[in-house]
Amino acid sequence: MSYLIEAENLYRFYGDTCAVADLSLTLSKGEILGFLGPNGAGKTTTMQMLCGNLAPSAGQIRINGIDLVDEPKAAKRHLGYLPEVPPLYRELTVDEYLTYCGRLHGLRGQALRSALTTAKARCGLEGVGRRLIGNLSKGFQQRVGIAQAILHSPLVVVLDEPTVGLDPIQIREIRELICDLGREHAVLLSTHILPEVQAVCSRVLIIHKGKLALNASIAELDLRMRASSLIVETRQPLDIDALMRVNSVQTVTQEPGQHYRYQVFFAKGENPAEDIAKLIVERGWGLLELSPVKRTIEQIFVDITQKEQAQ
Amino acid sequence: MNVLIIASRELRSLFLSPLAWSILAVVQLLLGYLFLAQVEYFKLLEPRIAALTESPGVTDLVIAPLYGNAGIILLLVTPLLTMRLISEERRSRTLSLLFSAPVSLTEIVLGKYLGTLGLMGLIVLMITLMPLSLTAGTALDWGKLAACVLALSLLLAAFTAVGLYLSTLTNQPVVAAVGGFGALLLLWIIDWGATIGTESGKVLGALSLLRHYETLLKGQVSTSDLAYFLLCALTFLVLSIHQLDNDRLQK
Repeated sequence: MSYLIEAENLYRFYGDTCAVADLSLTLSKGEILGFLGPNGAGKTTTMQMLCGNLAPSAGQIRINGIDLVDEPKAAKRHLGYLPEVPPLYRELTVDEYLTYCGRLHGLRGQALRSALTTAKARCGLEGVGRRLIGNLSKGFQQRVGIAQAILHSPLVVVLDEPTVGLDPIQIREIRELICDLGREHAVLLSTHILPEVQAVCSRVLIIHKGKLALNASIAELDLRMRASSLIVETRQPLDIDALMRVNSVQTVTQEPGQHYRYQVFFAKGENPAEDIAKLIVERGWGLLELSPVKRTIEQIFVDITQKEQAQ
Repeated sequence: MNVLIIASRELRSLFLSPLAWSILAVVQLLLGYLFLAQVEYFKLLEPRIAALTESPGVTDLVIAPLYGNAGIILLLVTPLLTMRLISEERRSRTLSLLFSAPVSLTEIVLGKYLGTLGLMGLIVLMITLMPLSLTAGTALDWGKLAACVLALSLLLAAFTAVGLYLSTLTNQPVVAAVGGFGALLLLWIIDWGATIGTESGKVLGALSLLRHYETLLKGQVSTSDLAYFLLCALTFLVLSIHQLDNDRLQK
Protein backbone atom coordinates (compact mmCIF):
# COMPACT_ATOMS: atom_id res chain seq x y z
CA MET A 1 0.00 0.00 0.00
CA SER A 2 1.59 3.25 -1.04
CA TYR A 3 0.69 6.42 0.75
CA LEU A 4 -0.31 9.64 -0.97
CA ILE A 5 1.25 11.73 1.75
CA GLU A 6 4.11 10.39 3.75
CA ALA A 7 5.82 12.68 6.22
CA GLU A 8 8.61 11.41 8.41
CA ASN A 9 9.98 13.05 11.53
CA LEU A 10 9.20 16.62 10.56
CA TYR A 11 10.76 19.37 12.58
CA ARG A 12 10.31 23.08 12.16
CA PHE A 13 12.04 25.80 14.12
CA TYR A 14 11.40 29.52 13.99
CA GLY A 15 14.55 30.82 15.58
CA ASP A 16 14.64 29.06 18.93
CA THR A 17 10.94 28.29 18.98
CA CYS A 18 10.08 24.81 17.92
CA ALA A 19 6.77 24.90 16.06
CA VAL A 20 6.66 21.27 15.00
CA ALA A 21 8.65 18.44 16.56
CA ASP A 22 9.10 14.91 15.30
CA LEU A 23 5.78 14.74 13.49
CA SER A 24 5.12 11.79 11.22
CA LEU A 25 1.93 11.15 9.34
CA THR A 26 0.62 9.16 6.44
CA LEU A 27 -2.46 9.58 4.33
CA SER A 28 -3.77 7.13 1.80
CA LYS A 29 -6.38 7.29 -0.91
CA GLY A 30 -9.97 7.53 0.25
CA GLU A 31 -9.05 8.90 3.63
CA ILE A 32 -10.20 12.16 5.15
CA LEU A 33 -7.79 13.09 7.86
CA GLY A 34 -8.90 15.64 10.43
CA PHE A 35 -6.16 17.73 11.89
CA LEU A 36 -7.00 19.10 15.31
CA GLY A 37 -5.17 21.21 17.80
CA PRO A 38 -5.46 24.33 19.90
CA ASN A 39 -4.30 27.66 18.49
CA GLY A 40 -0.60 27.72 17.88
CA ALA A 41 -0.26 23.95 17.98
CA GLY A 42 1.50 23.87 14.62
CA LYS A 43 -1.36 22.86 12.32
CA THR A 44 -0.80 25.56 9.74
CA THR A 45 2.96 25.18 9.88
CA THR A 46 2.62 21.46 9.19
CA MET A 47 0.26 22.04 6.29
CA GLN A 48 2.54 24.68 4.81
CA MET A 49 5.40 22.21 4.98
CA LEU A 50 3.35 19.47 3.34
CA CYS A 51 2.46 21.83 0.49
CA GLY A 52 5.97 23.08 -0.09
CA ASN A 53 5.31 26.60 1.15
CA LEU A 54 7.71 26.19 4.01
CA ALA A 55 10.86 24.12 4.16
CA PRO A 56 11.02 21.74 7.12
CA SER A 57 14.04 22.15 9.37
CA ALA A 58 14.42 18.38 9.29
CA GLY A 59 12.46 15.43 8.02
CA GLN A 60 11.15 14.11 4.76
CA ILE A 61 7.93 14.59 2.84
CA ARG A 62 6.79 12.43 -0.05
CA ILE A 63 3.70 13.18 -2.09
CA ASN A 64 2.54 10.13 -3.99
CA GLY A 65 6.00 8.70 -3.47
CA ILE A 66 7.78 11.75 -4.91
CA ASP A 67 10.12 13.63 -2.61
CA LEU A 68 8.98 17.22 -2.18
CA VAL A 69 12.51 18.56 -1.85
CA ASP A 70 14.14 16.62 -4.68
CA GLU A 71 11.40 17.08 -7.26
CA PRO A 72 9.17 19.89 -6.08
CA LYS A 73 7.48 20.43 -9.43
CA ALA A 74 6.52 16.79 -9.94
CA ALA A 75 5.32 16.46 -6.35
CA LYS A 76 3.26 19.64 -6.40
CA ARG A 77 1.34 18.44 -9.45
CA HIS A 78 -0.55 16.13 -7.11
CA LEU A 79 -1.33 18.80 -4.56
CA GLY A 80 -4.27 21.11 -4.08
CA TYR A 81 -3.91 23.53 -1.19
CA LEU A 82 -6.29 25.96 0.39
CA PRO A 83 -4.35 28.06 2.90
CA GLU A 84 -5.91 29.75 5.92
CA VAL A 85 -6.43 32.91 3.91
CA PRO A 86 -7.59 31.93 0.40
CA PRO A 87 -5.00 33.15 -2.12
CA LEU A 88 -7.33 35.22 -4.30
CA TYR A 89 -6.60 38.05 -6.70
CA ARG A 90 -9.38 40.45 -5.93
CA GLU A 91 -9.13 42.29 -9.24
CA LEU A 92 -9.85 39.19 -11.34
CA THR A 93 -13.21 37.58 -12.04
CA VAL A 94 -13.85 34.08 -10.77
CA ASP A 95 -13.44 32.61 -14.26
CA GLU A 96 -10.22 34.49 -14.95
CA TYR A 97 -8.81 33.47 -11.62
CA LEU A 98 -9.65 29.80 -11.97
CA THR A 99 -8.34 29.78 -15.54
CA TYR A 100 -5.06 31.18 -14.27
CA CYS A 101 -4.85 28.54 -11.54
CA GLY A 102 -5.63 25.80 -14.05
CA ARG A 103 -2.93 27.01 -16.41
CA LEU A 104 -0.39 27.09 -13.59
CA HIS A 105 -1.18 23.44 -13.05
CA GLY A 106 -0.63 22.69 -16.70
CA LEU A 107 -4.25 22.43 -17.87
CA ARG A 108 -4.94 23.59 -21.42
CA GLY A 109 -7.80 23.92 -23.87
CA GLN A 110 -10.65 21.47 -23.49
CA ALA A 111 -9.25 19.90 -20.32
CA LEU A 112 -9.09 23.34 -18.71
CA ARG A 113 -12.64 24.23 -19.72
CA SER A 114 -14.12 21.00 -18.40
CA ALA A 115 -12.09 21.22 -15.17
CA LEU A 116 -13.42 24.74 -14.71
CA THR A 117 -17.02 23.66 -15.22
CA THR A 118 -16.67 20.71 -12.84
CA ALA A 119 -14.96 22.68 -10.09
CA LYS A 120 -17.49 25.49 -10.33
CA ALA A 121 -20.38 23.05 -10.18
CA ARG A 122 -18.94 21.25 -7.18
CA CYS A 123 -18.40 24.47 -5.24
CA GLY A 124 -21.67 26.08 -6.26
CA LEU A 125 -20.05 28.87 -8.22
CA GLU A 126 -22.01 28.58 -11.48
CA GLY A 127 -23.76 31.92 -11.14
CA VAL A 128 -20.76 34.04 -10.18
CA GLY A 129 -18.21 33.16 -12.87
CA ARG A 130 -18.12 36.67 -14.29
CA ARG A 131 -18.11 38.56 -11.02
CA LEU A 132 -15.05 40.16 -9.50
CA ILE A 133 -13.63 38.14 -6.62
CA GLY A 134 -13.21 41.31 -4.56
CA ASN A 135 -16.96 41.91 -4.70
CA LEU A 136 -17.96 38.44 -3.53
CA SER A 137 -19.01 37.68 0.02
CA LYS A 138 -16.61 35.91 2.34
CA GLY A 139 -18.43 32.60 1.91
CA PHE A 140 -18.17 32.75 -1.85
CA GLN A 141 -14.52 33.75 -1.67
CA GLN A 142 -13.93 30.70 0.49
CA ARG A 143 -15.64 28.57 -2.15
CA VAL A 144 -13.47 30.04 -4.87
CA GLY A 145 -10.49 29.10 -2.70
CA ILE A 146 -11.74 25.52 -2.47
CA ALA A 147 -12.46 25.43 -6.21
CA GLN A 148 -8.88 26.48 -6.79
CA ALA A 149 -7.62 23.61 -4.65
CA ILE A 150 -9.63 20.90 -6.40
CA LEU A 151 -9.57 22.33 -9.93
CA HIS A 152 -6.82 20.12 -11.31
CA SER A 153 -8.27 17.07 -9.46
CA PRO A 154 -5.12 16.50 -7.42
CA LEU A 155 -4.57 13.25 -5.56
CA VAL A 156 -4.10 15.12 -2.32
CA VAL A 157 -6.25 18.02 -1.18
CA VAL A 158 -5.08 20.00 1.82
CA LEU A 159 -7.63 22.36 3.33
CA ASP A 160 -6.72 24.71 6.16
CA GLU A 161 -9.91 25.56 8.05
CA PRO A 162 -12.19 25.44 5.02
CA THR A 163 -15.43 26.26 6.82
CA VAL A 164 -14.31 29.42 8.58
CA GLY A 165 -16.64 32.32 7.92
CA LEU A 166 -19.37 30.29 6.26
CA ASP A 167 -23.02 30.19 7.26
CA PRO A 168 -24.50 26.91 8.57
CA ILE A 169 -25.99 25.96 5.21
CA GLN A 170 -22.73 26.59 3.39
CA ILE A 171 -20.89 24.64 6.07
CA ARG A 172 -23.13 21.68 5.37
CA GLU A 173 -22.53 21.99 1.65
CA ILE A 174 -18.79 22.21 2.11
CA ARG A 175 -18.86 19.16 4.38
CA GLU A 176 -20.72 17.23 1.74
CA LEU A 177 -18.19 18.38 -0.80
CA ILE A 178 -15.34 17.21 1.43
CA CYS A 179 -16.98 13.80 1.92
CA ASP A 180 -17.41 13.65 -1.82
CA LEU A 181 -13.76 14.51 -2.39
CA GLY A 182 -12.71 11.87 0.11
CA ARG A 183 -13.97 9.16 -2.20
CA GLU A 184 -11.51 9.81 -5.02
CA HIS A 185 -8.83 11.90 -3.33
CA ALA A 186 -7.04 11.97 -0.05
CA VAL A 187 -8.07 14.95 2.04
CA LEU A 188 -6.20 16.57 4.89
CA LEU A 189 -8.39 18.96 6.78
CA SER A 190 -7.53 21.24 9.66
CA THR A 191 -10.21 22.68 11.83
CA HIS A 192 -11.01 23.57 15.37
CA ILE A 193 -14.69 22.79 15.02
CA LEU A 194 -14.79 19.42 16.70
CA PRO A 195 -18.18 18.13 15.50
CA GLU A 196 -16.95 18.78 11.98
CA VAL A 197 -14.28 16.15 12.49
CA GLN A 198 -16.86 13.63 13.63
CA ALA A 199 -19.06 14.51 10.69
CA VAL A 200 -16.57 14.11 7.88
CA CYS A 201 -13.27 12.56 8.87
CA SER A 202 -12.22 8.95 8.77
CA ARG A 203 -9.15 9.54 10.92
CA VAL A 204 -8.14 12.14 13.46
CA LEU A 205 -4.77 13.59 14.36
CA ILE A 206 -4.53 15.75 17.42
CA ILE A 207 -1.45 17.87 17.57
CA HIS A 208 -0.40 19.75 20.63
CA LYS A 209 2.59 22.04 21.01
CA GLY A 210 4.00 20.75 17.76
CA LYS A 211 3.85 17.12 18.77
CA LEU A 212 1.48 14.41 17.71
CA ALA A 213 -0.79 13.71 20.67
CA LEU A 214 -3.27 11.31 19.09
CA ASN A 215 -3.55 9.45 15.80
CA ALA A 216 -6.71 7.39 15.73
CA SER A 217 -9.38 6.33 13.30
CA ILE A 218 -12.92 7.50 13.94
CA ALA A 219 -13.85 3.92 14.94
CA GLU A 220 -11.12 3.88 17.57
CA LEU A 221 -12.21 7.26 18.73
CA ASP A 222 -15.76 6.00 19.04
CA LEU A 223 -14.48 3.26 21.27
CA ARG A 224 -12.76 5.84 23.42
CA MET A 225 -15.92 7.84 23.56
CA ARG A 226 -18.07 4.86 24.47
CA ALA A 227 -19.46 5.04 27.95
CA SER A 228 -17.53 3.57 30.81
CA SER A 229 -20.05 4.72 33.35
CA LEU A 230 -23.80 4.93 33.87
CA ILE A 231 -25.98 7.38 35.72
CA VAL A 232 -28.66 5.67 37.79
CA GLU A 233 -31.44 7.47 39.61
CA THR A 234 -33.97 5.69 41.79
CA ARG A 235 -36.90 6.55 44.04
CA GLN A 236 -35.51 4.48 46.96
CA PRO A 237 -31.90 4.34 48.18
CA LEU A 238 -29.82 1.63 46.50
CA ASP A 239 -27.99 -1.16 48.20
CA ILE A 240 -24.55 -0.34 46.89
CA ASP A 241 -23.05 -3.67 47.90
CA ALA A 242 -25.66 -5.56 45.90
CA LEU A 243 -24.93 -3.35 42.92
CA MET A 244 -21.23 -4.01 43.23
CA ARG A 245 -21.88 -7.69 42.85
CA VAL A 246 -23.32 -7.18 39.37
CA ASN A 247 -20.96 -8.50 36.75
CA SER A 248 -18.24 -6.04 35.55
CA VAL A 249 -19.28 -3.18 37.86
CA GLN A 250 -16.18 -1.70 39.43
CA THR A 251 -17.24 1.22 41.60
CA VAL A 252 -20.44 3.00 42.53
CA THR A 253 -20.50 6.56 43.82
CA GLN A 254 -23.39 8.62 45.03
CA GLU A 255 -23.75 11.97 43.34
CA PRO A 256 -23.46 14.70 45.93
CA GLY A 257 -26.50 16.86 46.62
CA GLN A 258 -28.83 14.70 44.57
CA HIS A 259 -31.25 12.28 46.20
CA TYR A 260 -30.49 8.70 45.12
CA ARG A 261 -28.51 9.52 42.04
CA TYR A 262 -25.47 7.30 41.48
CA GLN A 263 -22.66 6.96 39.01
CA VAL A 264 -21.73 3.37 38.21
CA PHE A 265 -18.34 2.68 36.67
CA PHE A 266 -17.73 -0.58 34.85
CA ALA A 267 -15.00 -2.35 32.93
CA LYS A 268 -14.25 -1.22 29.37
CA GLY A 269 -16.01 -3.15 26.66
CA GLU A 270 -18.78 -4.42 28.95
CA ASN A 271 -22.21 -3.02 29.51
CA PRO A 272 -23.99 -4.03 32.70
CA ALA A 273 -27.01 -1.74 32.11
CA GLU A 274 -29.35 -4.63 31.52
CA ASP A 275 -28.33 -6.48 34.68
CA ILE A 276 -28.54 -3.33 36.76
CA ALA A 277 -32.02 -2.58 35.46
CA LYS A 278 -33.13 -6.12 36.27
CA LEU A 279 -31.70 -5.89 39.78
CA ILE A 280 -33.39 -2.57 40.51
CA VAL A 281 -36.72 -3.80 39.25
CA GLU A 282 -36.44 -7.06 41.25
CA ARG A 283 -35.74 -5.20 44.48
CA GLY A 284 -38.41 -2.62 43.75
CA TRP A 285 -36.13 0.44 44.19
CA GLY A 286 -38.07 2.40 41.56
CA LEU A 287 -35.92 3.09 38.55
CA LEU A 288 -36.19 6.69 37.39
CA GLU A 289 -33.22 7.04 35.11
CA LEU A 290 -30.52 4.87 33.61
CA SER A 291 -28.31 6.60 31.10
CA PRO A 292 -24.81 6.07 29.73
CA VAL A 293 -22.30 8.85 30.20
CA LYS A 294 -20.64 9.44 26.85
CA ARG A 295 -17.37 11.19 26.44
CA THR A 296 -17.47 13.70 23.65
CA ILE A 297 -14.64 14.31 21.26
CA GLU A 298 -14.31 17.62 23.02
CA GLN A 299 -13.52 15.88 26.29
CA ILE A 300 -10.93 13.71 24.62
CA PHE A 301 -9.44 16.79 23.05
CA VAL A 302 -9.41 18.69 26.33
CA ASP A 303 -8.01 15.65 28.18
CA ILE A 304 -5.14 15.31 25.75
CA THR A 305 -4.25 18.96 25.62
CA GLN A 306 -4.62 19.46 29.38
CA LYS A 307 -2.68 16.37 30.25
CA GLU A 308 0.24 17.59 28.23
CA GLN A 309 0.07 20.92 29.99
CA ALA A 310 0.17 19.26 33.39
CA GLN A 311 3.29 17.34 32.50
CA MET B 1 5.45 28.40 -20.53
CA ASN B 2 4.72 28.96 -16.84
CA VAL B 3 6.73 32.14 -17.13
CA LEU B 4 4.38 33.46 -19.81
CA ILE B 5 1.29 32.50 -17.81
CA ILE B 6 2.53 34.42 -14.79
CA ALA B 7 3.71 37.32 -16.96
CA SER B 8 0.37 37.70 -18.71
CA ARG B 9 -1.50 37.62 -15.40
CA GLU B 10 0.83 40.27 -14.06
CA LEU B 11 0.36 42.52 -17.06
CA ARG B 12 -3.39 42.02 -16.96
CA SER B 13 -3.58 42.95 -13.30
CA LEU B 14 -1.51 46.06 -13.97
CA PHE B 15 -4.02 47.23 -16.53
CA LEU B 16 -6.98 46.26 -14.39
CA SER B 17 -5.89 48.80 -11.81
CA PRO B 18 -5.78 52.49 -12.66
CA LEU B 19 -2.07 52.50 -11.85
CA ALA B 20 -0.75 51.47 -15.26
CA TRP B 21 -3.09 53.83 -17.08
CA SER B 22 -2.28 56.81 -14.91
CA ILE B 23 1.44 56.16 -15.21
CA LEU B 24 1.20 55.89 -18.99
CA ALA B 25 -0.80 59.12 -19.12
CA VAL B 26 1.43 61.11 -16.81
CA VAL B 27 4.67 59.96 -18.45
CA GLN B 28 3.29 60.74 -21.89
CA LEU B 29 2.05 64.15 -20.85
CA LEU B 30 5.31 65.21 -19.20
CA LEU B 31 7.51 63.92 -21.99
CA GLY B 32 5.21 65.41 -24.63
CA TYR B 33 5.62 68.78 -23.01
CA LEU B 34 9.40 68.40 -22.75
CA PHE B 35 9.52 67.20 -26.35
CA LEU B 36 7.62 70.22 -27.64
CA ALA B 37 9.80 72.57 -25.62
CA GLN B 38 12.84 70.91 -27.13
CA VAL B 39 11.45 71.24 -30.65
CA GLU B 40 10.80 74.94 -30.04
CA TYR B 41 14.31 75.40 -28.72
CA PHE B 42 15.66 73.66 -31.80
CA LYS B 43 13.70 75.97 -34.12
CA LEU B 44 15.20 78.95 -32.29
CA LEU B 45 18.68 77.54 -32.63
CA GLU B 46 18.36 76.26 -36.19
CA PRO B 47 19.19 79.47 -38.15
CA ARG B 48 22.28 80.04 -36.05
CA ILE B 49 23.78 76.57 -36.33
CA ALA B 50 22.82 75.98 -39.95
CA ALA B 51 26.02 77.67 -41.14
CA LEU B 52 28.29 75.39 -39.10
CA THR B 53 29.83 72.38 -40.72
CA GLU B 54 29.08 69.19 -38.83
CA SER B 55 26.33 70.99 -36.99
CA PRO B 56 24.25 68.89 -34.60
CA GLY B 57 21.00 67.82 -36.17
CA VAL B 58 17.49 67.33 -34.85
CA THR B 59 18.38 63.86 -33.57
CA ASP B 60 21.10 65.25 -31.33
CA LEU B 61 19.24 68.29 -30.13
CA VAL B 62 15.72 66.94 -29.74
CA ILE B 63 15.67 63.17 -29.61
CA ALA B 64 18.66 62.43 -27.38
CA PRO B 65 17.53 64.95 -24.72
CA LEU B 66 14.02 63.47 -24.90
CA TYR B 67 15.33 60.03 -24.03
CA GLY B 68 17.59 61.51 -21.40
CA ASN B 69 14.56 63.10 -19.74
CA ALA B 70 12.60 59.89 -20.13
CA GLY B 71 15.31 58.10 -18.17
CA ILE B 72 14.94 60.50 -15.24
CA ILE B 73 11.14 60.44 -15.24
CA LEU B 74 11.06 56.66 -15.40
CA LEU B 75 13.56 56.50 -12.58
CA LEU B 76 10.83 58.10 -10.49
CA VAL B 77 8.05 55.99 -11.94
CA THR B 78 9.53 52.47 -12.09
CA PRO B 79 9.55 51.90 -8.32
CA LEU B 80 5.82 52.65 -8.32
CA LEU B 81 5.25 49.97 -10.93
CA THR B 82 7.46 47.35 -9.36
CA MET B 83 6.68 47.95 -5.70
CA ARG B 84 3.70 45.61 -5.61
CA LEU B 85 5.19 42.71 -7.56
CA ILE B 86 6.05 40.46 -4.64
CA SER B 87 5.27 42.54 -1.58
CA GLU B 88 1.59 42.86 -2.42
CA GLU B 89 1.27 39.13 -3.01
CA ARG B 90 3.00 38.45 0.24
CA ARG B 91 0.77 40.90 2.06
CA SER B 92 -2.47 39.49 0.64
CA ARG B 93 -1.11 35.94 1.06
CA THR B 94 -1.56 35.04 -2.59
CA LEU B 95 2.05 33.97 -2.85
CA SER B 96 1.11 30.55 -1.51
CA LEU B 97 -0.86 29.94 -4.70
CA LEU B 98 2.38 30.14 -6.66
CA PHE B 99 4.36 28.29 -4.02
CA SER B 100 2.04 25.30 -4.01
CA ALA B 101 1.64 25.18 -7.81
CA PRO B 102 4.14 23.18 -9.87
CA VAL B 103 6.14 26.30 -10.68
CA SER B 104 9.75 26.99 -9.78
CA LEU B 105 10.92 30.14 -8.02
CA THR B 106 12.86 31.14 -11.12
CA GLU B 107 9.69 30.95 -13.16
CA ILE B 108 7.83 33.07 -10.64
CA VAL B 109 10.50 35.77 -10.65
CA LEU B 110 10.93 35.72 -14.42
CA GLY B 111 7.19 35.81 -14.95
CA LYS B 112 6.80 38.85 -12.74
CA TYR B 113 9.78 40.49 -14.42
CA LEU B 114 8.60 39.90 -17.97
CA GLY B 115 5.07 41.01 -17.13
CA THR B 116 6.38 44.35 -15.94
CA LEU B 117 8.74 44.58 -18.89
CA GLY B 118 5.68 44.27 -21.12
CA LEU B 119 4.36 47.53 -19.73
CA MET B 120 7.82 49.06 -19.96
CA GLY B 121 7.95 48.08 -23.62
CA LEU B 122 4.68 49.87 -24.15
CA ILE B 123 6.05 53.00 -22.49
CA VAL B 124 9.13 52.92 -24.75
CA LEU B 125 6.88 52.50 -27.76
CA MET B 126 4.71 55.44 -26.77
CA ILE B 127 7.75 57.64 -26.22
CA THR B 128 9.22 56.61 -29.57
CA LEU B 129 6.08 57.83 -31.32
CA MET B 130 7.20 61.39 -30.58
CA PRO B 131 10.45 61.36 -32.55
CA LEU B 132 8.69 59.38 -35.26
CA SER B 133 6.22 62.23 -35.66
CA LEU B 134 9.16 64.41 -36.72
CA THR B 135 9.57 62.38 -39.91
CA ALA B 136 6.64 64.38 -41.27
CA GLY B 137 8.88 67.43 -41.52
CA THR B 138 12.48 66.31 -41.50
CA ALA B 139 14.87 63.39 -41.93
CA LEU B 140 16.05 61.53 -38.82
CA ASP B 141 19.30 59.79 -38.04
CA TRP B 142 17.82 56.30 -37.74
CA GLY B 143 20.93 54.75 -36.25
CA LYS B 144 21.00 57.24 -33.41
CA LEU B 145 17.28 56.84 -32.81
CA ALA B 146 17.72 53.09 -32.63
CA ALA B 147 20.56 53.54 -30.13
CA CYS B 148 18.31 55.76 -28.00
CA VAL B 149 15.49 53.21 -28.03
CA LEU B 150 17.93 50.46 -27.13
CA ALA B 151 19.40 52.59 -24.35
CA LEU B 152 16.02 53.29 -22.80
CA SER B 153 14.94 49.66 -23.10
CA LEU B 154 18.11 48.44 -21.38
CA LEU B 155 17.80 51.11 -18.73
CA LEU B 156 14.24 50.05 -17.96
CA ALA B 157 15.24 46.39 -17.88
CA ALA B 158 17.79 47.26 -15.19
CA PHE B 159 15.36 49.55 -13.31
CA THR B 160 12.71 46.84 -13.26
CA ALA B 161 15.08 44.20 -11.94
CA VAL B 162 16.20 46.51 -9.13
CA GLY B 163 12.58 47.37 -8.29
CA LEU B 164 11.61 43.70 -8.31
CA TYR B 165 14.40 42.84 -5.92
CA LEU B 166 13.38 45.59 -3.51
CA SER B 167 9.83 44.27 -3.67
CA THR B 168 10.97 40.82 -2.59
CA LEU B 169 12.56 42.30 0.52
CA THR B 170 9.42 43.54 2.23
CA ASN B 171 5.70 42.97 2.49
CA GLN B 172 4.88 46.66 2.33
CA PRO B 173 4.65 48.05 -1.19
CA VAL B 174 5.44 51.59 -0.06
CA VAL B 175 8.65 50.46 1.58
CA ALA B 176 9.57 48.67 -1.65
CA ALA B 177 8.89 51.87 -3.61
CA VAL B 178 10.99 54.02 -1.31
CA GLY B 179 13.80 51.48 -1.32
CA GLY B 180 13.64 51.07 -5.08
CA PHE B 181 13.72 54.79 -5.63
CA GLY B 182 16.67 55.16 -3.27
CA ALA B 183 18.61 52.34 -4.91
CA LEU B 184 18.03 53.65 -8.43
CA LEU B 185 18.88 57.21 -7.56
CA LEU B 186 22.04 56.07 -5.82
CA LEU B 187 23.10 54.12 -8.90
CA TRP B 188 22.28 57.18 -10.98
CA ILE B 189 24.42 59.65 -9.01
CA ILE B 190 27.02 57.29 -7.64
CA ASP B 191 29.89 58.98 -9.53
CA TRP B 192 29.07 62.52 -8.39
CA GLY B 193 31.49 62.46 -5.53
CA ALA B 194 34.72 64.43 -5.67
CA THR B 195 36.68 61.42 -6.80
CA ILE B 196 37.08 62.26 -10.47
CA GLY B 197 40.34 60.99 -11.84
CA THR B 198 41.15 58.78 -8.87
CA GLU B 199 41.10 55.01 -8.89
CA SER B 200 37.91 54.76 -6.84
CA GLY B 201 36.35 57.37 -9.10
CA LYS B 202 36.82 55.01 -12.03
CA VAL B 203 35.12 52.19 -10.19
CA LEU B 204 32.23 54.39 -9.17
CA GLY B 205 32.00 55.72 -12.71
CA ALA B 206 31.77 52.19 -14.03
CA LEU B 207 28.90 51.52 -11.62
CA SER B 208 26.96 54.64 -12.61
CA LEU B 209 23.75 54.06 -14.53
CA LEU B 210 23.84 57.59 -15.87
CA ARG B 211 27.26 57.30 -17.43
CA HIS B 212 26.45 54.14 -19.34
CA TYR B 213 23.12 55.55 -20.37
CA GLU B 214 24.64 58.74 -21.74
CA THR B 215 27.21 57.00 -23.90
CA LEU B 216 24.44 54.92 -25.44
CA LEU B 217 22.32 58.02 -26.04
CA LYS B 218 25.19 59.57 -27.97
CA GLY B 219 24.87 56.68 -30.36
CA GLN B 220 27.96 54.82 -29.18
CA VAL B 221 26.79 51.27 -28.64
CA SER B 222 29.65 49.52 -26.89
CA THR B 223 29.76 46.02 -25.47
CA SER B 224 30.72 47.27 -22.03
CA ASP B 225 27.56 49.37 -21.75
CA LEU B 226 25.36 46.57 -23.00
CA ALA B 227 27.05 44.17 -20.59
CA TYR B 228 26.59 46.63 -17.74
CA PHE B 229 22.83 46.80 -18.12
CA LEU B 230 22.38 43.09 -18.75
CA LEU B 231 24.57 42.16 -15.79
CA CYS B 232 22.73 44.61 -13.58
CA ALA B 233 19.37 43.07 -14.53
CA LEU B 234 20.70 39.53 -14.13
CA THR B 235 22.25 40.23 -10.74
CA PHE B 236 19.06 41.61 -9.28
CA LEU B 237 16.98 38.80 -10.75
CA VAL B 238 19.21 36.21 -9.13
CA LEU B 239 19.06 38.11 -5.86
CA SER B 240 15.26 38.18 -6.13
CA ILE B 241 15.06 34.42 -6.61
CA HIS B 242 17.33 33.94 -3.66
CA GLN B 243 15.27 36.29 -1.52
CA LEU B 244 12.03 34.55 -2.48
CA ASP B 245 13.55 31.24 -1.45
CA ASN B 246 14.02 32.76 2.00
CA ASP B 247 10.24 32.93 2.30
CA ARG B 248 10.19 29.19 2.18
CA LEU B 249 13.16 28.78 4.50
CA GLN B 250 12.16 31.46 7.05
CA LYS B 251 14.60 31.06 9.84
